[in-house]
Amino acid sequence: MSLPQLSNTLPRVADALRRTPLHRQHAELGAKLVPFAGWEMPVTYEGIREEHSAVRTHAGVFDVSHMGEVEVEGPGALAFLQRVLSNDVAKIALGGAQYSCLCNEEGGVLDDLFTYRLGGDRYLIVTNSANHDADLAWLGRWSRQLGDVTVRDVADRYAMLAVQGPHARGIVSRTLGIELPARMRVATARIGGRPALVCGTGYTGEDGVEMLLDPEVAPPIWAELLDAGVVPCGLGARDTLRLEVCFHLHGNDLTPERNPIEAGLGWCCREETGFVGAEPIAAARRDGTAEKLAPFKIEGAGIPREGNPVLSAGVPAGVVTSGTFSPSLELGIGMAYVRADLAEPGTEVEIDVRGKHRHARIASKPLYSKEK
Amino acid sequence: MADAHYPDDLLYHDQHDWARLEGDDHAVFGITWYAQDSLGEVVFYDPPEVGATIDKDASYAEVESVKAVSDVIAPMSGEIVEVNDALEDAPEKINEDAYGEGWLVKVKLTHPEEAGQLLGADEYRKLLENS
Repeated sequence: MSLPQLSNTLPRVADALRRTPLHRQHAELGAKLVPFAGWEMPVTYEGIREEHSAVRTHAGVFDVSHMGEVEVEGPGALAFLQRVLSNDVAKIALGGAQYSCLCNEEGGVLDDLFTYRLGGDRYLIVTNSANHDADLAWLGRWSRQLGDVTVRDVADRYAMLAVQGPHARGIVSRTLGIELPARMRVATARIGGRPALVCGTGYTGEDGVEMLLDPEVAPPIWAELLDAGVVPCGLGARDTLRLEVCFHLHGNDLTPERNPIEAGLGWCCREETGFVGAEPIAAARRDGTAEKLAPFKIEGAGIPREGNPVLSAGVPAGVVTSGTFSPSLELGIGMAYVRADLAEPGTEVEIDVRGKHRHARIASKPLYSKEK
Repeated sequence: MADAHYPDDLLYHDQHDWARLEGDDHAVFGITWYAQDSLGEVVFYDPPEVGATIDKDASYAEVESVKAVSDVIAPMSGEIVEVNDALEDAPEKINEDAYGEGWLVKVKLTHPEEAGQLLGADEYRKLLENS
């Protein structure tokens, strides 16, 4: 048999892979380590389904130290962020968090990211690791143009742990002896005797926190969480969890060639703020787009994968950008850019999975929810 | 998914498939412990049709884990006479019992002499050590 490759892997053969401060812990736990965006990352420890289920029913911890951090500070910080980010940055209260897109002049999505307001004119942006260097260059260019603001790469300053699941907050709060910020809020804390940031955000559809730690204390904190019953989870489960709740993955569902409107992210674009890309995005919102990103479920056998063609009445009608087996629903699920008239929930389409046409139905977001 | 093991009574293909010869011209095929471990939890097995002709070194089926899909390579040539239907509802048997309940197909061999080109368990273990 031919052995599998992790999708979204960006191997950089010439470069040595970077390692997180928890690399040794992953190796000792017997994790399957794979190259991911230039990093050597755990894809799973005991199995993706088990880890997935731990996050849906209990609590799991992900080492996401590969993600990047950028600090933005100065009297011009708000004006600068308002110019480069799609959302209304003025709405972020002190200690607040906000999701937005970083767009190019054509309205294409360079990255999707969370911004946390740490001080009056001090913000922290968390970037996707594959985009971190390009984001920095882009932000640097605009900061020099607008002035009164400093953009600092602080990625090396932090390890990042995401603790997610219905019991995640309780366990973190008890184990580390700290008070946690509410959802969509950020707070400073002392963790392992060092300053840390705790954010009420995540990428799984479950309650939980993301913690930015001093890299030196990441190993003991990781060990404390595991001792408290939190299950170590890899990027494999992170992907199935996020796709079940239709969170976008940049590089798959979002690219510089697609705008936030067709991606279903119009809600985090405030064109009246005049951000870079606002005009084409306003036009897309007004005129509609030829295609839209739509979640779907396979009816019957088959697992859709990135790149599979979508067909309607036998005619090409789109492409799958994310696809997997859903451990919660036990069927194939995905998101695809389809002809706009097909994007309504309930519409039947076919997915060409390696030459086999699989029946699928466009669904509403999220694909999985607890109430059902 | 117990520890790695490669039974001595099987023949191995370097693409991580095994064949168990039955009589002069029949064989059962499956994937090795190494293959299922690399793949992770198998969630879907797409078997060939009974009666289909398969060629040595070519793909005859697909197995999928949560994360990825893989072609299954035929260790020998022949005609499919039976597929393991139990895997439709329990594909995880490929992980749990790769050489037993996780078998994939039974084949009537058209070139039984191809067995001479396959590896013994020791040779296959060496191949894995050096890869």
